[in-house]
Amino acid sequence: MSAPFLASCAGFDTSGAAAGQGTVGFLSTQFTPVEEKQRYEAVLKKFAKVPTAYNSVDPGVFASTVTSQASAGNVKTSLLGGLHGELAPLADSLEDVDGLLRDLSGRGFTKEMLELTKVGGSTSRYVPWMQATYVVAVNKKALEWLPPGVDVNDLTYEGYLAWAKAAKQGAGRPVFGMPAGPKGLHHRFYQGFLLPSFTGGQITTFRNQDAAAGWDYMQELWSAMAPASTNYDYMQEPLARGEVLVAWDHVARLVHAPADKPDDWLMVPAPRGPKGRGYMLIIAGMALPKNGKDRDLAEKAIRALTEPASQIETLRSNAFFPVVQTELPSDLTGAIALEAAAVRRQQRSAGALLALPPVGLGAKEGEVSQIFKNCFQQICLETRPIQQVLDTQATQLNTILKGLNVPCWAPDPVSTKCEVA
Amino acid sequence: MAVEAPPTPAATVAPPRRRRIPPAVLLIAPSVIFMALLLGWPVIQGVLQAFRNDQGFTFEFVNRMVQDPYFWPAVRNTLLLIVVMIPLQFTLAIAMALMLRSNPRLHKVHFFVWAIPLALSDLAAGLVWLAIFNDRGYLNSVLSWFGLQGTSWLAYDNQTSMFICVLIAELWRATSLVLIIVVAGLQGIPKDYDEAAQVFGATFGQRLRHVTLPLLKPSLQVALILRTILAFQTFAVAQALTGQNFPLVVGETYRWYTGLQNPNVAAALALVILVVSMLTSIFYLRALRDKNQGGLR
Repeated sequence: MSAPFLASCAGFDTSGAAAGQGTVGFLSTQFTPVEEKQRYEAVLKKFAKVPTAYNSVDPGVFASTVTSQASAGNVKTSLLGGLHGELAPLADSLEDVDGLLRDLSGRGFTKEMLELTKVGGSTSRYVPWMQATYVVAVNKKALEWLPPGVDVNDLTYEGYLAWAKAAKQGAGRPVFGMPAGPKGLHHRFYQGFLLPSFTGGQITTFRNQDAAAGWDYMQELWSAMAPASTNYDYMQEPLARGEVLVAWDHVARLVHAPADKPDDWLMVPAPRGPKGRGYMLIIAGMALPKNGKDRDLAEKAIRALTEPASQIETLRSNAFFPVVQTELPSDLTGAIALEAAAVRRQQRSAGALLALPPVGLGAKEGEVSQIFKNCFQQICLETRPIQQVLDTQATQLNTILKGLNVPCWAPDPVSTKCEVA
Repeated sequence: MAVEAPPTPAATVAPPRRRRIPPAVLLIAPSVIFMALLLGWPVIQGVLQAFRNDQGFTFEFVNRMVQDPYFWPAVRNTLLLIVVMIPLQFTLAIAMALMLRSNPRLHKVHFFVWAIPLALSDLAAGLVWLAIFNDRGYLNSVLSWFGLQGTSWLAYDNQTSMFICVLIAELWRATSLVLIIVVAGLQGIPKDYDEAAQVFGATFGQRLRHVTLPLLKPSLQVALILRTILAFQTFAVAQALTGQNFPLVVGETYRWYTGLQNPNVAAALALVILVVSMLTSIFYLRALRDKNQGGLR
């Protein structure tokens, strides 16, 4: 009688300690909404092969739990899951997984992904778990205005702009949109797509000539975009309403647009530019905490969760894509099947240039991303002189980065201390 | 039965008289402690947060605030909103209160209907007006019903219409507060003054200007201070209607605190609001001082 009562007084457990003997305590930053968590628990129950207690927490709680347990020498978790940017700063508290990755080499992780798992060091610190990215959703009605010579499945930035202009003229109103609302992810477009494609970098090249050319392009593109874009947070809504016919956004924020009539939609890779097809990869990994509990069981769980079947089940239930080489089943629901094909094509296309969301910035991530939004605000909305805006914002960016002293992340050279050249 | 004498004091020297705390101090002590803990301490904390980093005193956060591209537009919008809204609101509220005083039919119903926005939360009011001014909202629907082409009232490149939308929503939401204060003030004025003026043949305008408004001054002062300070804090309505396209100072404070997770810059912004609010209150107290009575201080 007293045990459950006392347990309920102990409050919500975030360390995985409740896992108990013989159960893998899986602490993660992913699937925090309760429905997603429940769906993932079902995946674990079916595929993990070992009993697993799944705890999802905020990134801040995650980082402090891992570091405090490591420094106290009393690690209560056995498996950690998080985005690359969340795991990278914790590298010192994570076990090497080179051996494990060697065993799993048959899974077919891409070379870029394996390079990422080294988080700038020489040994791998996590095993890729799942991925997400951003693609372009196209309502087939917009294909009518596709200029001759432009391949919708292999767009270039010039082709994309020409198409947007032609569509604006043809439809009598702008029908291209972007998520530039208060909660929209448009900064990821500049960080991970536009600027890498034009400059080959993200931070170091922030104010060079190529970057100015990129923003010049953006200014022109914006003039062909729906002006209501500054109110759009999730593109699936204006797309579903027909207000916008073509839009770039995060896969999870596009997935509901084609839900009713998948046959009316296409999902295509983001355009490519002079320096390649910049694309941002949101990659999540599984890591083993140093001196963690039940190491064998945790490794067993990792092996199980990187099997194609469990990867595909994760895609089905929570729309995160597999990181392993696998045939996707033909019975995926419409929108996910469309996205899966686009994601694959984007990643494996020639000249693909991987970019990451900022790594190791912690609470300052928002401010760094805001710098990119400020550039958009001043260059596209207020049409100020581009170089001047870039210079001022570069100073701000360097102020923030100077206080952090972190190495750069892809596509910038990883070894240098990160600052605008 | 022998009666025992009361025990004599052990020491012949009386103990030094303990100095007693005056009752007045005891009476105000709870409120002093309350003010210090619940108001003073957070204010001091806020000021420190705006001017201190790990190394000590710094203007870093104030600089960040001033250099942010949204800061000056936010200040401009906030001031513009106040300058346009306050006179409109007071004219409306006084007109409504005078109408109520003339006891029209169902005047109590009128009063209650006008007071409804008071009961509504800011954000809810903002969402109500969003449903009206939205691209596909009621206003554009009605316009298209009349065969007119609506526009995007809340689009970023339509600063004027965005301002008017926020203004209308704020007028609707906050005029009732002024109305209630003015009505209370009017009820405190004896009817004799007005009737005396009428006997001497003063017109409505003259009575309003020389009798009613001067007697209403204390209420107007309260309403002005309250409304202006609250207008500096306009936030939820504008946030719901325009997001970041029409930045206001409090909205920026919120953005720096939650979105950008930089409480120091947020504290600097909050300090701006505090200083401006205090200056406005002092200005009103001085400008509306009643010269005959030495005035409220």
